[in-house]
Amino acid sequence: MEPLEIAEKVKDKFPNEVSNISEFRGQATVTLNKDKITEICRYLNDAPDLYFNYLVDLCGVDYLGKRNTRFEIVYHLYSLKHRHMIRLKTPIAQSELYTDSVVSVWIGADWYERECFDMYGIFFNGHKDMRRILMPDDWEGYPLRKDYPVKGHEKDWSGFLDVLSRAKRFKNFEWHK
Amino acid sequence: MKEKKKTVKTKELTVSLGPQHPATHGVLKLVLDLEGETIIKCTPYVGYLHRGVEKLGENRTYFSALPLTDRMDYIASMNSNVGYVNAVEKLFGIEAPERAKFIRTMVCEMGRISSHIIWMGTHVLDIGATTPFLYAFRQRERILDLFEMLCGARLTVSYPRIGGVRNDVTQEFLDTLYEFVLEFPSKIDDYETLITENRIWRKRTVGIGIITAQEAINWGLTGPTLRGSGVNYDVRKFAPYDAYDKIEFDVPIGEKGDCYDRYLVRIGEMRQSNEIVKQCIEKLPLGPVLADSPKYILPDKEMILKDMEHLIHQFVLIIKGPSVPEGEVYMSTETPRGELGFYFVSDGTGTPYRMRVRAPSFIHASVLPKLCEGHLVADAIANIGTIDIIMGECDR
Repeated sequence: MEPLEIAEKVKDKFPNEVSNISEFRGQATVTLNKDKITEICRYLNDAPDLYFNYLVDLCGVDYLGKRNTRFEIVYHLYSLKHRHMIRLKTPIAQSELYTDSVVSVWIGADWYERECFDMYGIFFNGHKDMRRILMPDDWEGYPLRKDYPVKGHEKDWSGFLDVLSRAKRFKNFEWHK
Repeated sequence: MKEKKKTVKTKELTVSLGPQHPATHGVLKLVLDLEGETIIKCTPYVGYLHRGVEKLGENRTYFSALPLTDRMDYIASMNSNVGYVNAVEKLFGIEAPERAKFIRTMVCEMGRISSHIIWMGTHVLDIGATTPFLYAFRQRERILDLFEMLCGARLTVSYPRIGGVRNDVTQEFLDTLYEFVLEFPSKIDDYETLITENRIWRKRTVGIGIITAQEAINWGLTGPTLRGSGVNYDVRKFAPYDAYDKIEFDVPIGEKGDCYDRYLVRIGEMRQSNEIVKQCIEKLPLGPVLADSPKYILPDKEMILKDMEHLIHQFVLIIKGPSVPEGEVYMSTETPRGELGFYFVSDGTGTPYRMRVRAPSFIHASVLPKLCEGHLVADAIANIGTIDIIMGECDR
């Protein structure tokens, strides 16, 4: 099925949820409200003519200062049976940093959602293990946000100071003392 | 006399496997809850590298972000480079010349062979065999020598360019590569003689870490890890890029989805890759190796030295980057580990607004609890090896 055809099909099924459809370089993007994302993903996975059984990717984008709704979650779906692809996007406002998890549809979303939470601070309702994944648990800030500096904050991470103090303590036990 | 009742008392134990364990690739840590020797719970921790490739990519031009991709999958950097340049070309709306496409396909498959060889060597070493490891490095060195002959670098090659490749291949390179290609199948036979029917190897891998086709798709696995479960999905066949649509090759598929099947798939892939390289050499067309698209492509080096306008043009492209159309694209390629995808959001400037890397190792590491739970501790080592993760790519 052609990408725009798929997008129209989603719009026909969920007319109130789809806010925009666009195409670029032969790839279609469907922008949705976040409220029914799990239901829509379930439909895309189950419908025999769509059958998007493979979640290719899930990531966030920060549009700080560029758009009114700051964040977006982007889902790339692929059907191994029909060999077609679609991109879904759900805008997330800074005042409501949460959306529903799609782990119940594709279990592979588990780590992607954790990564998205780790990098952008967006919480996924229904996820059973919403912990940081790439950064330490006590890390402050969300590194892929646009207002997060490339070289990190000036202040040292508290975990690093812990390691330094521990190393100092353990120095007493070194053999060449 | 009453016989003493013999019982073995066990208690639950939590063990950290890695990150210093040689089988855990340097930075992977698995926290294993054990009952006796059986793993009842496995929790992977991957975040130790913190390269920040995505963040760095968003602060560099499209040209200068290319060397970052070398460092992600350092075992097959050529494949990561090709994935990156293909995605950028799709965003720019340009196409590489035919000769460059064949060269890229060729070097990609060389990268796949060298990656699978090192995978095989280290995987069997993890399980306890030393000889195949030494055999494997002999052939890998030859491929690295060929890379050195091609572009001067052995590991971090940065050879492909947006719109083509850095320089044309020489006849000497092609002749040496052809020699390698003719000889290599006999080397794979050697590996197979050592491993495939080895009783210890079979005992350690057959029936270990089974994942069914349905589960593998639902987890989002790709590459040989998915194909070992019997799913025929290969980006080279499903959405051909570069010259893959002009090359004939088969996609090896497993049946049961255990460690042994994943091993067989990779061995089969090495044979197929060898055939692809052979065909690329035989079918290599003549012509330029860089697209003629001055708006996006760096000018010719010789012209830069002769002509001021070309110098200015190069300066602008490097410092400011080209004017890219606004939009977003996702493009994926088949690396030795699986589907490597790049998602770019362009805001019209020379720097990507968002650069996202869909790394196969990341998602493969997530399936480790599923593979390990219920097996013995020793099988965890086989499972880590068999999904072929590279931590540089996992924690970008």
